[in-house]
Amino acid sequence: MAKATFLVPELTQYTEVPAITPGAMAHSSPFFSKPDFQEPLGYPGELVDDWQNKAIDKMGELLGKYRSLQVYMDACVKCGACTDKCHYFLGTSDPKNMPVGRQDLMRKVYRRYFTVAGKLFPKLVGAEDFTKEVLDDWYSYFHQCSQCRRCSVFCPYGIDTAEISMAAREIMDSIGVGQKYCNEIIAKVYKVGNNLGLPGPALVDTLEGLEEDVYDDTGVRVRYPIDQVGAEVLLVTPSADFFAEPHVDGLIGYGKMFHESGVTWTLSTHASEAANFGMFIGSYDNMRRISQRIQEAAIKLKVKRIVFGECGHAWRVAYSFLNTLAGPWDFLDPRYPVPQHICEFTYDLIQQGKLTFDKSENDDKVMTFHDSCNVARATRMGDTPGGQFEIPRAIIRATCNNFYDMDEDTIRDRTFCCGGGGGLLTDDLMELRVKGAKPRMDALNNVIQEKGVTHMAAICAICKTQFSKVLPYYGMDMSQIISLHQLVGDAIVLTPDPEDEDANDDDDEDDD
Amino acid sequence: MAFLTNFYAFLFYFAALVFVSGVAFKIVQYARTPAPLKIPTTPAPITSTGVTLRMVREVVLFESLFRGNKWTWIFGWIFHFGLLLVTLRHLRYFIEPVWFPIELVQPFGIYGGMAMIVGLGGLWARRFLVDRVRYISAPSDHLILALLVLIGISGLLMKFVFHTDIVEIKAFFMGLYAYDFQPLPADPLLLLHLLLVALLLIIFPYSKLLHAPGLFFSPTRNQADNPREVRHIAPWAKKLEQ
Ligand code: HEM
Ligand code: SF4
Ligand code: SF4
Repeated sequence: MAKATFLVPELTQYTEVPAITPGAMAHSSPFFSKPDFQEPLGYPGELVDDWQNKAIDKMGELLGKYRSLQVYMDACVKCGACTDKCHYFLGTSDPKNMPVGRQDLMRKVYRRYFTVAGKLFPKLVGAEDFTKEVLDDWYSYFHQCSQCRRCSVFCPYGIDTAEISMAAREIMDSIGVGQKYCNEIIAKVYKVGNNLGLPGPALVDTLEGLEEDVYDDTGVRVRYPIDQVGAEVLLVTPSADFFAEPHVDGLIGYGKMFHESGVTWTLSTHASEAANFGMFIGSYDNMRRISQRIQEAAIKLKVKRIVFGECGHAWRVAYSFLNTLAGPWDFLDPRYPVPQHICEFTYDLIQQGKLTFDKSENDDKVMTFHDSCNVARATRMGDTPGGQFEIPRAIIRATCNNFYDMDEDTIRDRTFCCGGGGGLLTDDLMELRVKGAKPRMDALNNVIQEKGVTHMAAICAICKTQFSKVLPYYGMDMSQIISLHQLVGDAIVLTPDPEDEDANDDDDEDDD
Repeated sequence: MAFLTNFYAFLFYFAALVFVSGVAFKIVQYARTPAPLKIPTTPAPITSTGVTLRMVREVVLFESLFRGNKWTWIFGWIFHFGLLLVTLRHLRYFIEPVWFPIELVQPFGIYGGMAMIVGLGGLWARRFLVDRVRYISAPSDHLILALLVLIGISGLLMKFVFHTDIVEIKAFFMGLYAYDFQPLPADPLLLLHLLLVALLLIIFPYSKLLHAPGLFFSPTRNQADNPREVRHIAPWAKKLEQ
């Protein structure tokens, strides 16, 4: 693997700001969605007649619905503070990947059709007609934004390019120009229930297999229950966790942690996906429809709490939007926040002294931690701002002896995106993904060289998949990225149940 | 001279009207447009007091810009602080009696004017010297800087080189409140200065100068981080629930 048809950037000690190279990534654009994937989401199958007017109308509608878009179109003073903050610019040197360069693709159209200055003096204020060329540029460069919000941290007005990319994708979808990867996946969620298209019975099988594996490994019957009515906690986790390394090791870790907690829990075949790609395409309607499944599952399974597994953008939708989209949650136990992050859950148990760890189990690893952008800049954990940085680190420290942070400029709210977020985790964008990973790879390489770091933990399914794919391009090994809860699962000391000795296993899971 | 006085009188009525109604329109538009989702850039304050403090730090210190780019921050801050002092100093032309704090600020207003020019110079230089900033600059970005620099220079020249009759100027502006046109001194530099200021007022609501009101409405900065505690829902989104 890792045979590149493009030049993989050389790692450097510090990520340098490149000189601009206009058009360097103009060729990068993802596969178009097909009518089959467009229609279930409520979008036209292909580019509609009169698309230009329809797109402008849609833009007008969104400007009236989203204050963020309206203010951000007006407020930018072109100060340039954001220009060297985007990993895609740092990795590709294409100026349209500078956050303001990306915003300007929409702003020039906004100015032309919605401002007095742009109607009267387009040249003077950089306004342009919405031509086919501009639309092509939109499709290309609004799919070179992982909606990581790093730019919004440094902008004096907090202008969030993610908001603009989302709006642009929504406008394009509304005229029939959709992206295959995101829209196919959302269609799959509607049809089967999760991003990977794993049907309920397959999930049940997988979980049974997992129980066997863990039993063989530890001699303890750790349960991985699904559709268990009356369980206390509903766990909603990205479907990648059911499926592949390194994700599944995280799921194994959740199960062991729940086992020790004594709290009953269950997964759901109905809400078998934490991910919500409705956010990536900026669609409130789709995001809401996907979120509703969680409310339905919670009611049906009569749970009292909802906990989310390791997934960055899913945690954003869960933490920041779920109450809005699928609330109110007054039928759940009011003593706990809704929803909770699996890290908050584990951390609370650690605080209460309910978990015992043998840290030496992780002595084969020297750890570092990748702050996933959505967790870092769009959510919180615990009750104090910044808990999203401290809680995962506290869990690593509780389970490992060796932990070093990467350079301060590349972690916490200044973290660099893995390069695959925001609906770009697709093979047709491989060049972008590899180049966009460069700032993170630089920082990782530094702690590998200087501190002997061997592994990086993450709490996001997209980050994990992206790193497994991209690490080899930079001469590292795909197994160096692991789930945070793998550390928990490996170090935890399990308490055997009395019945564990019984060979017969009384499963009482009911299929849907 | 009557023609010039009348022309400037009407110019300032017009400029004030455009400025006030334009900015008011924008503020109402921003205030009325819902923010349907909670999107503060985190870590964000949890309480509204915290949000107010965050906003004060942004407005007074340009906190985010400080983290983003030190050169832009230092020039930008010098310029804006200078502009603030200059604006306060100029209030003496528009109020009678002149409030005590405005009297106090008078000498600093001069330094403010110089600071403004220095800051603008630095910001403008970046538009030529930094390739990324050059790329994003439209002609209007240069013109606004030119406009402000010219306002500053013409003002300072009147202070230090070509003096003008400020008593008459004050009489002119005070007269405008009562629709009573007092003669304006016919100094070319003053006329240029006033023309540019009127132009600045007129373009304000139609340009990136909207960043000033915009900042206060930016959801990534003005929202409290409490989505799990308080259900946040926009009117248009509420309709989807019926
Ligand atoms: C609430 C009040 C204001 C705040 C918080 C504010 C803040 C800022 C910040 C942070 C910048 C970016 C840094 C820089 O380039 O200086 C900026 C730029 C700018 N501001 Fe303001 N500003 C305010 C009011 C004003 C006013 C009243 C004017 C002019 C009449 C103005 C004119 C400008 C100009 C021209 C720029 C762009 C400078 C350039 O081209 O680089 N600002 N402002
Ligand atoms: S949101 Fe992230 S990917 Fe998008 S422009 Fe900003 S920094 Fe770049
Ligand atoms: S930092 Fe903000 S105001 Fe400055 S250029 Fe970027 S988007 Fe515009």
